[in-house]
Amino acid sequence: MNGFLTAFLALLIAAVTYGTPLLFGTLGEVLTEKSGSLNLGVEGIMFMGGAIGLGGVFYYEKAAGAGAAGLAAVGIGILCAFLAGAAASLIFSFLTITLRANQNVTGLALSIFGTGVGQFVGEYMRVSEGGYISISNRLAGFFQNSPFPAALSGLPVVGGLLFGHSAFFYLGVLLAVGMFWYLNKTRSGLYLRSVGESPATADAAGISVTRYRYLAAVIGGGISAIGGMVYIMTIAGCVWNHEGLSGEGWLAVALVIFCMWRPLNAIWGSVLFGALMILYLRLVLPFVPTQLYKILPYVVTVIVLIVSSMRNNKEKQPPASLGLSYFREDR
Amino acid sequence: MTALEKTVSAIELRGITKRFGDVVANDGIDLVLNRGEILSLLGENGSGKTTLMNMLSGIYFPDEGEILIDGQPVSIRSPKDAYAHGIGMIHQHYKLVDVFTATENILLGLEEKGDAKTAAGKVRAICDRYGFDVDPQQKIYDMSVSQKQTLEILKVLYRGADILILDEPTAVLTPQETDKLFAVLRAMRDDGKAIVIITHKLHEVMALSDKVAVLRKGKYIGTVNTRDTNPQALTDMMVGRAVTLNIDRPRYENPVKRLEVKNLTCLDAEGVKRLDGVSFTALGGEILGIAGIAGSGQRELLEAVSGLYPVAEGDILYSPEGGETTSLVGKTPMQIRRAGVAMAFVPEDRLGMGLAGSMGMTGNMMLRSWRKGKTAFVNRKDPNELALKVWKELEVVTPGTEFPVRRMSGGNVQKVLVGREIATAPSVLMTAYAVRGLDINTSYTIYNLLTEQKMKGAAVIYAGEDLDVLLELCDRILVLCGGRVSGVVDGRTAAKEEIGLMMTRLGGEQEV
Repeated sequence: MNGFLTAFLALLIAAVTYGTPLLFGTLGEVLTEKSGSLNLGVEGIMFMGGAIGLGGVFYYEKAAGAGAAGLAAVGIGILCAFLAGAAASLIFSFLTITLRANQNVTGLALSIFGTGVGQFVGEYMRVSEGGYISISNRLAGFFQNSPFPAALSGLPVVGGLLFGHSAFFYLGVLLAVGMFWYLNKTRSGLYLRSVGESPATADAAGISVTRYRYLAAVIGGGISAIGGMVYIMTIAGCVWNHEGLSGEGWLAVALVIFCMWRPLNAIWGSVLFGALMILYLRLVLPFVPTQLYKILPYVVTVIVLIVSSMRNNKEKQPPASLGLSYFREDR
Repeated sequence: MTALEKTVSAIELRGITKRFGDVVANDGIDLVLNRGEILSLLGENGSGKTTLMNMLSGIYFPDEGEILIDGQPVSIRSPKDAYAHGIGMIHQHYKLVDVFTATENILLGLEEKGDAKTAAGKVRAICDRYGFDVDPQQKIYDMSVSQKQTLEILKVLYRGADILILDEPTAVLTPQETDKLFAVLRAMRDDGKAIVIITHKLHEVMALSDKVAVLRKGKYIGTVNTRDTNPQALTDMMVGRAVTLNIDRPRYENPVKRLEVKNLTCLDAEGVKRLDGVSFTALGGEILGIAGIAGSGQRELLEAVSGLYPVAEGDILYSPEGGETTSLVGKTPMQIRRAGVAMAFVPEDRLGMGLAGSMGMTGNMMLRSWRKGKTAFVNRKDPNELALKVWKELEVVTPGTEFPVRRMSGGNVQKVLVGREIATAPSVLMTAYAVRGLDINTSYTIYNLLTEQKMKGAAVIYAGEDLDVLLELCDRILVLCGGRVSGVVDGRTAAKEEIGLMMTRLGGEQEV
């Protein structure tokens, strides 16, 4: 029994590690979609965030040498990733909001474009720095280790479960709570939701649809990109790894649906998806290929979609204008 | 001081003109609205009522002319500007967010400080003042149509609007709800607010308003005091004098019965009667016009005959030439079409029903014939010949038969649509709004095509908006009002005013 419990705890902790990048990817996309923009470019955005975030930290350490401060490194990583994602989303916003291009097509194009940019930047850094780039173990620790003192994280059972995760998980939870509060408790959040539900109504009420959609997509893209950086710095071990990130963005898009566009659901949803992602390592069943495990998150999403549309609950629906461009004089 | 204030109007419009492309929606309109007054803006569909009011509410910006509020010239560039000047418009399609509560909807776009609780208090205060029945915490999707409308009114009052514009407020209300609304509007008028209601229902105009302003085809006809006028005079202003169009109308000898509709009743998805006990016959060799204000059931009637709209009650009997009389009810659109009933439906969005925008003429001709082939491959030869024929005979302006129809002008799109339907040599040809948005010459081409079909012995049904055209083109005219037949008149002898009255429920209606 004890062995089972230990295995379960280990799975849970690993699930949190794998869920954290998804949490950021999902929260960013929730913000974007709440404004009515369906940005399918999350995959590309996370690639760019991963490569450019890693690059920022790497060149910072190279410049500062042994004097590089951990907190500054984390800050630079977040900032670089955020700016990369924001820039990518700005392209998306300009095309879909100002020029009213089709959101699906633009998002898919951005997905391919961003993946390419991420790969290029990552590989270019690797080759130009002699075939290998990595961060010193000391700095990597700031990204990967628990921010709490050993007295807390060392506690039996609860220590690892509550205080043993990387700082990014706690940051993500704070962000989710903050986003919930913003969307549901503030006036600006109400306006943002109205833009996603019924832009014509928002427009008639004097709310700038264009401004809200731009801001939501750019900030949302930035948050999603942090997810890519978190993946590279924690799971991939601060090394450019051009395979690990693939699929993360699509999982985030699925997770947005799974959590029904609610930031708080995204917290446990991302841990669940994290668990489903690594189940093949922990629960090995004979004759079941790992590929079958990997479709589990998508299967769960499909089931959630079916159940939620069958229940026909008005509250648990996507924003009513999701994916639709808005033009005032359309009739 | 008070004497001076009284002479200043709440709103004064001077020479307002608005064009959409080549179409002049409003042509030099002057209008005056005072406080403590309800003004009805009366006119047929497409007379420019809503466009004019949209310029007051900041949706459109006038091309020419000026707007004066309390005697001061103003520029209204957005809905926000309109609110700043105290103008609030209640649109025909409510602008509410379904998943929000009443209070949240009211708060949208407001820049004042304060939380939801104080807002809810203010909402209650307004409700008490005018006797509204609104629960501030209720979600919109749980509300009835009437409640939603009340909320819309509440919304503009909350913003401090003292000039209210209501676009066809009674279109979706039951008579009881309408009475309630009118009581509220009167209370607001007595409170010193200026109110405009856009409508085409004459009895409401007479019952509610102090003044009536009439528009016709984008032009301002005049304003009269309600107590100095009567429905007949208003109808005359609304439809104008009959215009002679000189449409060729030959008589066909020995018309025979083609289509007989008996007691047809249709319900929409919400269970509302769209057609109520409609009966008529259509004869081969005549054009039967269908007149009525938009939404009176014309569309549903034609769709029911072609099998697109479910029939709740009644029968549609079809007698083909030399064939047996059969019922069309319960048949699929494909079966009905095979039997020889064709429909050229030109909705507001021309390409929405009937044509595939990104395909060329040939492709669109094929939409009718693709099932005819015996092999798995489509036959492009015949449709292409047909496309060439339509292109030549109807003088369609297009670079070629493969040119996407979406990129043709409206008139040419219509020619393709009507040309294709005629090519199947139907024995019943139905068209709705076939000349909508077309210039004069193209319209005549369409009229001649329809007349040609009539002289070949087909029963042509023409649903139209322009009474002048109906009177000159059709042999008989069926007038619908609110889903019911208010009468059938002879197109050669009927007077325009007579049809106008029948359309607005005042004449020819038999209470059941």
